[in-house]
Amino acid sequence: MSMMSFERKYRVRGGTLLGGDLFDFWVGPFYVGFFGITTLFFAVTGTALIFYGAALGDTWNIWRINIAPPDLSYGLGLAPLKEGGLWQIITICATGAFVSWILRQVEISRKLGMGLHVPFAFSFAVLAYVTLVIIRPMLLGAWGHGFPYGIMSHLDWVSNVGYQFLHFHYNPAHMLAVTFFFTTALALSMHGSLILMATNPREGETVKTGEHENTYFRDDIGYSIGALGIHRLGMFVAVSAAFWSAVCIVISGPFWTRGWPEWWNWWLTLPIWY
Amino acid sequence: MKTLTTKLFATVGLGTVLLLGGCEMPPPESTQWGYRGTGMEGLYNPDTLNELDANNIVPEALPAVPAVGPKSKDVYQNVQVLGDLSVGEFTRLMAAITEWVSPEEGCNYCHVAGEGFAADTLYTKKVARVMIQMTQNANENWSQHVGGAGVTCYTCHRGKNVPEYVWNINPGHTVAGGMKNQMQNVSSVAAGLSSLPVDPFTPYLLDARNGRHAGTTALRDEGGVSLKESEWGYSLMMHFSSALGVNCTYCHNSRAFSRWEESSPQRATAWHGIRMVREMNNDYVDPTTDWLPPHRLGKLGDAQKVNCETCHQGAYKPLLGANMIKDYPNLARLARPEPEAPADEAAEMPEASDMADMATGGDQ
Repeated sequence: MSMMSFERKYRVRGGTLLGGDLFDFWVGPFYVGFFGITTLFFAVTGTALIFYGAALGDTWNIWRINIAPPDLSYGLGLAPLKEGGLWQIITICATGAFVSWILRQVEISRKLGMGLHVPFAFSFAVLAYVTLVIIRPMLLGAWGHGFPYGIMSHLDWVSNVGYQFLHFHYNPAHMLAVTFFFTTALALSMHGSLILMATNPREGETVKTGEHENTYFRDDIGYSIGALGIHRLGMFVAVSAAFWSAVCIVISGPFWTRGWPEWWNWWLTLPIWY
Repeated sequence: MKTLTTKLFATVGLGTVLLLGGCEMPPPESTQWGYRGTGMEGLYNPDTLNELDANNIVPEALPAVPAVGPKSKDVYQNVQVLGDLSVGEFTRLMAAITEWVSPEEGCNYCHVAGEGFAADTLYTKKVARVMIQMTQNANENWSQHVGGAGVTCYTCHRGKNVPEYVWNINPGHTVAGGMKNQMQNVSSVAAGLSSLPVDPFTPYLLDARNGRHAGTTALRDEGGVSLKESEWGYSLMMHFSSALGVNCTYCHNSRAFSRWEESSPQRATAWHGIRMVREMNNDYVDPTTDWLPPHRLGKLGDAQKVNCETCHQGAYKPLLGANMIKDYPNLARLARPEPEAPADEAAEMPEASDMADMATGGDQ
């Protein structure tokens, strides 16, 4: 497979975390590495088990396939394969694949001589998943508190877990997470439209530069964060969204068992109201 | 950059500490209410459960007496609802009621010393008579709700003259000049401190409003209810939750709140409970309004009424499901009228039409 003109520069030896030179090779355009192998192993095993779980279930309707965690009565122990054990192994595979992918990103970053920003940011998404299916269930004392693997079924779980706390929008960390998600979307859309504007000049005009972009935002909102700054800001709001998502679910149950509206009683009883 | 990172971590750390400062510590107790993975579960702080145990100790029953000997109506005067009891049973029940309702005031809470037991001088005695009938009616005609455990005076009173959790029609809060009182958007105690409507009781537990809010079509079909009315329903559900110490998933699978097929059996019990409480408020509590003293009335001059918390007091079954009626069978059914008197219409089972109403509730 042919390489792009600049690609040769990046195909350098070294930077691996594990395995030395053994897995330091490419298959076509893809870097392999030790963690590429583990990613592949976990992803294939997990996906095969999902197909097995679907085959055990009563539907092949893609929306309704459901692989549920064990009953709470199994606690933090292992459950029989067909009664949640499958969910447990799939969870191990998923976590293994996600973490392998982070470490593969680390190896590639090292090859490129760049910082670890990409694996750092991605690890927050993985943290959110691990919080849902490992950390929170362990704090609550049963794997059955994890969410089921299925398109509709995991949404139904989200709904019911929200209603376990009567009104989840009163969860302060959920408020922060939602706000950061919307802010991420807003920042990305503003940044994206700016780049499209600068790189798609009118007929007869030239492609615009950073100075033009700065001027646009200084006119628009009185301030331009700059070409580097917008990427730092984007990383901050995106990582914060994932971080507060993890916080909002890990506090629900382990650290608060009642309705979220009631949590705000401290606010209602502040002495400023009297 | 280094200072920025330090400041960032400090802010995040401080924020987390502040957030967790208002919280509880793991692990809580958890219980599963639905099929695994549906998220239908209850989570409880062990401290709260211990508190609940301590608050729900059933007093020891008085020694039973045989139902033989002369009847109380033949021995005492003005015995209107407990006349068929033997004198022994009657005296035992009076002693139990004293212990349940007025342990400090004793007999004189309802009877004036020196005036004889027959006189209806005190309003408390007249209220007691109505409340005994209400209790008997609940035990006899609402077994779908109280069956298996039954209710006595103690279920609600717990040694207090007036049960701790009662409600009056809420006249609303003061609002700025020119503004309409929306009866919501303030912290509502009835609705678990959310900003939902402040008085969900009047529409559902006094008036016969239906809590049927879910649409049946993707877009709003004809004849739907308003957003505000839906929020009334949610407000009542918040009351259910706090009164029973459960969350929404105790009765509902929230993916389809309205569907009976996906709800737990408890929801049917609650459905009967709404109708039972409505009957209690309309047929027993409300008629006392005319002769209650002013200090027993609410701001709008209405009597103190029953809701779920009056009996449940934070437990999913009042007194944690203790069978209250087995020791006091005299409260298990309404007094039978004399053979020649016409039958009491009020004591009949719920209308068949009401039941049909429930069966079709999910598809409306």
